[in-house]
Amino acid sequence: MWSKTKRMILSGFVNFWRNGTISLSAVLVMVIALFVISSVLFIGALLTSTLNQIKDKVDINIYLVTAAPEGDILALQKTLQAMPEVKSVDYVSSDQALQDFKDRHANDQLTLQALSELDQNPLGAVLNVKAQEPSQYESIATFLQGQNLLSKDGAPIIESVNYEKNKVAIDRLTSIITSGQKLGFAVTLVLVLLAILITFNTIRLVIYMSREEISVMKLVGASNMYVRGPFVVTGVMYGLVAAFLTIILLYPIMFYVRGFTTAFAGVDLLQYYLRHFGEIFLLLIGSGILIGGVSSYLAVKRYLKV
Amino acid sequence: MIHFDKVTKIYADNSTALDSVTFSIEPKEFVSIVGHSGAGKTTLLKMLMAEEEPTSGKVFFGSTNIHKVKRSELNLIRRRMGAIFQDFRLLSKKNVFENIAFAMEASGMPQSEIESDVPHVLELVDLSKKIWNFPHELSGGEKQRVAIARAIVTQPDIIIADEPTGNLDPMNTYDIVQILKKINDLGTTIILTTHNKGVIDSLKRRVITMENGKIIRDDKEGKYNL
Repeated sequence: MWSKTKRMILSGFVNFWRNGTISLSAVLVMVIALFVISSVLFIGALLTSTLNQIKDKVDINIYLVTAAPEGDILALQKTLQAMPEVKSVDYVSSDQALQDFKDRHANDQLTLQALSELDQNPLGAVLNVKAQEPSQYESIATFLQGQNLLSKDGAPIIESVNYEKNKVAIDRLTSIITSGQKLGFAVTLVLVLLAILITFNTIRLVIYMSREEISVMKLVGASNMYVRGPFVVTGVMYGLVAAFLTIILLYPIMFYVRGFTTAFAGVDLLQYYLRHFGEIFLLLIGSGILIGGVSSYLAVKRYLKV
Repeated sequence: MIHFDKVTKIYADNSTALDSVTFSIEPKEFVSIVGHSGAGKTTLLKMLMAEEEPTSGKVFFGSTNIHKVKRSELNLIRRRMGAIFQDFRLLSKKNVFENIAFAMEASGMPQSEIESDVPHVLELVDLSKKIWNFPHELSGGEKQRVAIARAIVTQPDIIIADEPTGNLDPMNTYDIVQILKKINDLGTTIILTTHNKGVIDSLKRRVITMENGKIIRDDKEGKYNL
């Protein structure tokens, strides 16, 4: 049993080596397939990061009346932070708001002059609320409407919430994000399937060229397993070599695209590649072995019926 | 040893390749099967190797109906037959040694036996010098001698030779027939199909003559009569 296994493995290696050009083309096709598979990871990383960036730009602002006591505002901040939907609540005090305003209009002397005419700060404090998911702003807004927040002296402390104003934009972003994720998933799935199919067909073609040999082996009395073994080993080798080639080629490619991806999506793909090297390596080796081995196993099948 | 019992083969296009053929072959016989192209010779051998199923009738190897056995058992039976073809059918990506060794490996023989037997059979077919060559580096006669070496190396009970000299010149034809005779003298049954009148007439052994899928003559010490 062991000697047969050894012979099959050895014969698989020898086949790989002697069918040099054929092996090379099979490996190249597989490199492309593995590129597509690894691109799933990178596209996923890009998509997630882009979407997160968009998500992060969405928030609702609670404008508080100028007279609102700080204690009440902090209490409201605490209540909001306790909600599971809420990711963060930034408190911008009225002094800070004034400072921000001045900074923003540093070149606008007219406005600054008008501001200095006033004897008190006209700006109220602001709470900037960020939700975990864009779809959760609705419920946060409803919550705020339901709370009839009054200060101790009975005056409302909230001047306005800009959710209604932002609602359309938030809704649209939410739908873009969800359909973006779905589309990304569908496209990569189709690409991966395509890559696997092309590899399978290439390997089938390679084995088709050996169909006569397979029938001779059968007529000499070799068992199906003994005929099939070397082909599966060769297929696995295509996968292994292709995986190594892909992982090596990915480095310069990532190096080349890192500038673009950092600028557009805020992800340095080279960093991502190096940080997830282990996973990517295992994914490529695993898919290479699986696709190569299974394709060969299935492709030999039809010629074994002698 | 081999018995065909009313074997008929009708192909999908309704052509009858074998028409109720019945005959037996005894151990150590040297049987030649002659006939025009399309007479059914090759189909007959394919039935014997279970490469194809008969439409009706049975083929026995010993007491086993070879079309009714399991795959694994058929592999064992095939290891007791050595096949030689007109087109040699060597494994093109393996060298001479590996081609011959393959038949032994498939039967699970140990490496030591392979290493001692392969050079030995190559000596028998006078091809020791080409042990590391690949098939495309050999002449037709040399390829056929490799095929013979592969067929005999597992010491089969029977050698099936389907027009082994069909692609060879008279010189090589003579050599191949001499080798087959020698193998037969050592006790192996041989079934040979051929077109070559000279080969048949020089053999002076049993000749089965076929025409249109039927056996029309079966002579103990026959001549080429067509």
